[in-house]
Amino acid sequence: MRNEKTTEEIALGIRRRVYEHSMRNNGGYLSQACSAGEQLAWLYNEALNLGEPTLPMVPKPFEGVPSPNNPEYHTGAGYNGPATPDYDRLFIAPAHYALVAYATLIEVGRMAPEGLDMFNKDGSSVEMIGAEHSPGMEVHNGTLGIGLSTAAGLAYGRKLRGDTGKTWVFMSDGEVQEGQTWEAVQACAFHNIEVKAIMDVNDQQCDGAMDSVMEVGDIRTKFINFGAHCVEVDGHDLTAIRQASEENHEGKPLIILARTNPFHAMSILEERFPRLHYVRFKSEDERARMNVSIAKDLGVDPVDYSH
Amino acid sequence: MVEMVSRPYASAFEKFAAGNPDILCLSADLTSSCEIDGFRDRHPDQFLSMGMAEQNMMSFAGGLGLAGYRPFIHTFGVFMYRRPYDQLMASIAYPRRKVRLMGFLPGVTTPGGMTHQSIEDISVMRSIPNMTILETGDATEVESICEAADSIDGPVWCRVLRGSVPRLFDTPIKVGEMRELSTGDDILVVTSGICTEEAMRARAALKKAGLSIRHLHLHTIKPFDSKALLDQIGSVKHGVITLENHVTEGGVGSLVAETMADAGVGKRLIRLGLKDTYAHGGSRPYLMRYYGLDALALVRGVEDLMGQTFDITEDDLDAARVDDVHSLVKAEAL
Ligand SMILES: Cc1ncc(C[n+]2csc(CCOP(=O)(O)OP(=O)(O)O)c2C)c(N)n1
Ligand SMILES: [Mg+2]
Repeated sequence: MRNEKTTEEIALGIRRRVYEHSMRNNGGYLSQACSAGEQLAWLYNEALNLGEPTLPMVPKPFEGVPSPNNPEYHTGAGYNGPATPDYDRLFIAPAHYALVAYATLIEVGRMAPEGLDMFNKDGSSVEMIGAEHSPGMEVHNGTLGIGLSTAAGLAYGRKLRGDTGKTWVFMSDGEVQEGQTWEAVQACAFHNIEVKAIMDVNDQQCDGAMDSVMEVGDIRTKFINFGAHCVEVDGHDLTAIRQASEENHEGKPLIILARTNPFHAMSILEERFPRLHYVRFKSEDERARMNVSIAKDLGVDPVDYSH
Repeated sequence: MVEMVSRPYASAFEKFAAGNPDILCLSADLTSSCEIDGFRDRHPDQFLSMGMAEQNMMSFAGGLGLAGYRPFIHTFGVFMYRRPYDQLMASIAYPRRKVRLMGFLPGVTTPGGMTHQSIEDISVMRSIPNMTILETGDATEVESICEAADSIDGPVWCRVLRGSVPRLFDTPIKVGEMRELSTGDDILVVTSGICTEEAMRARAALKKAGLSIRHLHLHTIKPFDSKALLDQIGSVKHGVITLENHVTEGGVGSLVAETMADAGVGKRLIRLGLKDTYAHGGSRPYLMRYYGLDALALVRGVEDLMGQTFDITEDDLDAARVDDVHSLVKAEAL
């Protein structure tokens, strides 16, 4: 697909959509749009080589879970185009970033804007925690820490088959607390799997600042010691992300640590720092103030959420 | 109108645990989601943040048990047995450590979909030797769950309700007993957890249809008093219906089936719950309707058992409670 917008424009568009949605719904995974806007915009607009979507622009309702009685079952991966040998694949490992991922699909023309209106609605496939039948998803990742392993397995299988397409995974920093993440890196190093990961290092998790929940230390050094090629960049600097992705990581997984700010481009959210994992407005006053302030930051009109 | 209690676990846990040096509170990055944020802030010396690392937390709790502590572990139920099942077995269940496993968001009480819904935990826990299983169905049971769990000499699996919880009962959990909510001689209805409230919603309509329903609520699933259940089954003419927020394999339905088969009871049994399927994400009322866990599903089960229809529709059932999606008693994330 042709790029019609710049990656900067897409990142802004993602934030505008997530902001508008969160205002209307009195809350949401808003801060993840601040931290990960550039990363997802860059993946979809520049890094990934994807074909035309194979699923309808307006998502179909939920059509059941995998079962022998559900032969028509399919995942939401078709929003990323066909799974042919030459095209790339992407997993969103922290499935609670789904709102940001759906906004990205809309910005790059892979899903209709109506898709976001179906978010977390009963009977919808556009689920709050991205399910494997949700737009852009291919597996369930709501249980954190399994995404990199799946991506590694797919990358290895594709290498064996001679596929030319790459396998990417978007990760969150909370995932480094799970032992499985390290088991995955170790296996990638041992089997020379060149899977590619970009991690939103926003230094936060559910309970707040990661350092107050469970310190993880110098994760770049840890990843290198486990056998990855690991590069640390400013996650809001697209040039730096581009350069990192071009580094040679022959025989190793590439892990780009995108250091980010969880209230980037929505400065008023700093009031809630470091409890930004899920922003629910605490009062009508707070909602109104944030509405005006974020609208100004994003260059749009405040949302009329009264109807 | 049923009384709604806001965050009963938060105050009950603090009241029970604060100041007891043998009790430690463990959390895996879901502290406010499990309503122990106030406890963390006010009793930091009894609180351990374990990060999002459940496997380590389970064996760590086993070690605390070995040191003579009684850890209360808090996270969503699914994250406490699916990935760290091996640790649960080797470090907690086998050596009978006094670890209290507080599993939040049982079954379809979460919109988080497959990865967040513990739909087969009771089945798993029932098959673990040494495990005790308790399930809360109302605010009074949530308020008494800590004391009940801590009375057990061994590990305890608890299904805990959070947020805004209805008060249905006025007596605390008495481990090993069951609650007789109505007496009748046509059908025995056995429910647990949030399904008990659903069965109560159908009560008036079923009575109007001329049916005499005996209703039992289970808060203790293991160990189980089969003699008491058999006595109850003996007092109904037509058979038994179970309704649970769980798959029908291995949970309360299976427990009742096994009890009946073991005793050679030749009555019909209808097991309602998730029918060999995963669920997906959505609101609780929607999921309970979609997967047949609500009052209307029970009515259909009664019709199936009796072989006749009673023309009972949604309008004939007591009103369902609809929670405000963004009510302030809800935890921040999920
Ligand atoms: C195995 C597992 N444990 C716990 C959770 C609950 N949970 C969901 S998101 C999250 C925080 C993870 O940190 P991160 O992804 O970095 O969060 P963010 O930066 O978006 O705040 C937790 C603990 C989960 N989904 N999976
Ligand atoms: Mg994070």
